[in-house]
Amino acid sequence: MDMRRSVGVAAASAAVLLVAGCGGGGPQSGGDQKLTGDKIVLGVLNDQSGAYSELSGKNSVKAVELAIADFKAKYGDKAVTKDITVETADHQNKPDVANSKAAEMYDRKGADIILDVPTSSAALKVADVAKEKKKLYFNIGAATTELTGKSCNKYTFHYAYDTYMLANGTGKTTTEQVGKNWYILYPNYAFGQDMEKSFSAAIAQAGGQVVGKDGAPFPNTTGDYSSFLLKAPTLNPKPQVLGTMQAGAELVNVVKQYNEFKLRDKGIGLAVGLMFITDIHSLTPAALAGTTYTDAWYWNFDQQNREFADRFQKETGTRPSFAHAANYSAAMQYLEAVQAAGTDDADTVVKGLEGKEVNDVFLRNGKIRAEDHRVIHDAYLAQVKPQAEVTEPWDYVKILKTIPAAEAFRAPSADCKM
Amino acid sequence: MSGFAQNTFNGLVSGAFYALLALGLAVIFGMLRVVNFAHGAFYMLGAFGAYVLLTEAGVPFWAALVIMPVALAVLGMALERAVIHRLTRLDPLYNFLLTFGVTLILQDLVKSRYGIQSSPYATPSALSGSVDFGLFEFPTYRVFILGFTLLLCVAVWWVLGRTRIGMVVRAATERPELTRAFGIDVGRWVTPVFGFGIGLAGLAGVLAAPMRAVNPLMGADLIIVVFAVVVIGGLGSIFGSVAAGFGIGLVQAWGEAYLSEFPIVSQTVVFVVMAVVLLWRPAGLFGREEAPA
Repeated sequence: MDMRRSVGVAAASAAVLLVAGCGGGGPQSGGDQKLTGDKIVLGVLNDQSGAYSELSGKNSVKAVELAIADFKAKYGDKAVTKDITVETADHQNKPDVANSKAAEMYDRKGADIILDVPTSSAALKVADVAKEKKKLYFNIGAATTELTGKSCNKYTFHYAYDTYMLANGTGKTTTEQVGKNWYILYPNYAFGQDMEKSFSAAIAQAGGQVVGKDGAPFPNTTGDYSSFLLKAPTLNPKPQVLGTMQAGAELVNVVKQYNEFKLRDKGIGLAVGLMFITDIHSLTPAALAGTTYTDAWYWNFDQQNREFADRFQKETGTRPSFAHAANYSAAMQYLEAVQAAGTDDADTVVKGLEGKEVNDVFLRNGKIRAEDHRVIHDAYLAQVKPQAEVTEPWDYVKILKTIPAAEAFRAPSADCKM
Repeated sequence: MSGFAQNTFNGLVSGAFYALLALGLAVIFGMLRVVNFAHGAFYMLGAFGAYVLLTEAGVPFWAALVIMPVALAVLGMALERAVIHRLTRLDPLYNFLLTFGVTLILQDLVKSRYGIQSSPYATPSALSGSVDFGLFEFPTYRVFILGFTLLLCVAVWWVLGRTRIGMVVRAATERPELTRAFGIDVGRWVTPVFGFGIGLAGLAGVLAAPMRAVNPLMGADLIIVVFAVVVIGGLGSIFGSVAAGFGIGLVQAWGEAYLSEFPIVSQTVVFVVMAVVLLWRPAGLFGREEAPA
């Protein structure tokens, strides 16, 4: 770059910074105004082009917009403000990108809260930023229990699910109902190892045993799992359940090959650690029929969910995943909290949220735990229907059992010091 | 014993994909001196094409197995004529960057239309059972892939070894300058050979659709291994790329089956093999070192 150009760039950046500085730091209008800038800004930070863009992504932004519309309709002129907007950014599932985008959202875009943030490593970075900036953060998309453990903080809430919930639901119930002997296949990196540990613990607690476990390479460039799948029936004692902790395309590969080798016919059922409705859609219910997993929410569970799903489909052309519904709920609960407090001051809003009991389209028997900011609610053990029972697109599972909120999530961890 | 036979069989099936892809890369590199980074994207297009044909036009697997390779070969030839051809005189890096760019564009086009989520593609019903080999059972579809690929390799072998076209392609692939010196118009063969290589990638993609996740990034994941396979076989060596393809498939399958306590082994074994081969034979197992121009 030549000298002239770099000087130009420097000048332009300085100008931008000055303008931004004035906008953010200038005097507020109106003496009794309790909202910064007389508006609320909701930030949705997630994956908009990668592996999690389908189950969350742009449609989570739509879900948040639906919540804003509903909030405005509910309060009309009594709403704390009419100026509620959404800022959104793609964090590409990279912790460093998530870190800088979160800081930018809070500082430059004036976000009062950040929502979503799938990918555990990225989610933990954003929790640090929220703590440092003293601004709210509702995590929905990430699974790690660390958000309410070692890395918990006053401004971070964990909303929809976590690895404990998944293992406790699927591991425990499948051991009780399908079979005691498990073979676990997991992707060999942080998420998979964490899931393997949580599942092994839940299985043992339910009186089952893990007869074999293998960490498959991650990412698995060959896309082949046949050596693991061939090994399963040869183990002694023979496993009755194959528990796969793979996600996304890797899950698709495992399931395709599970069917190819006809393991179900050989008496080995399939349990999936983490699955979204979008995964079932891409694999087809036929490929997964009989598979059990734990769901945080299901669109066709009852009339209330279905009505929301119909509205969501009108907007997006697709049925909502649990992450979409949870983003809607999280945005709504935040706006309700601001409305109740009459201010967007983070400390006041946090105080209002702590210990609150909530019921809405996503949260059933929901409670925002004050101790660790885990949002607990009913979870569901789901089973994929056989093809013959699928009567409409996206209605792929039946709910075998509701896991009550108090059982679904772990007790507050001693590691969490607010 | 039956476990070993099954794992060996599986290795050969994975190897079949490597062989098909590596064969295409080898002829393209031989003829054009282009390291075609877009090869994985065409493999992905083969699989996606089969999916689109099935879901949007009801075209079954068997027809897709013919339609997609031909369609992609034509697309490949157009690409060669339109851009690649213009850069072949320059540093090979230019074409490397170009094909890398093409990969990104193709991936994003598919991504923007169909999303990142994998698309469903069922095994054709005629091949959905399993074959009993006495010692062990094996999915029919995998038996089909192996048989089909072996037949195809033999057919390509026959064309290259026994026909005049094959002779020219072989000569031009392995000794382009010398072939030119004999007065053979190598340039005439460049475009069809590029199309042929791309067609093979597309074919591998169609074959992969029933057993692998069909998504925009499926080629990107695989192509790194295929590059290693081509280097092990010897860049530009047709026999070498096929042999190395099957060989690496076997080594990986055995590594995964018998060293599963060390997942890092099966992941890196191909690169370890590559490093050892290159130390021992810098031009690859079946490659010849080129005389300086």
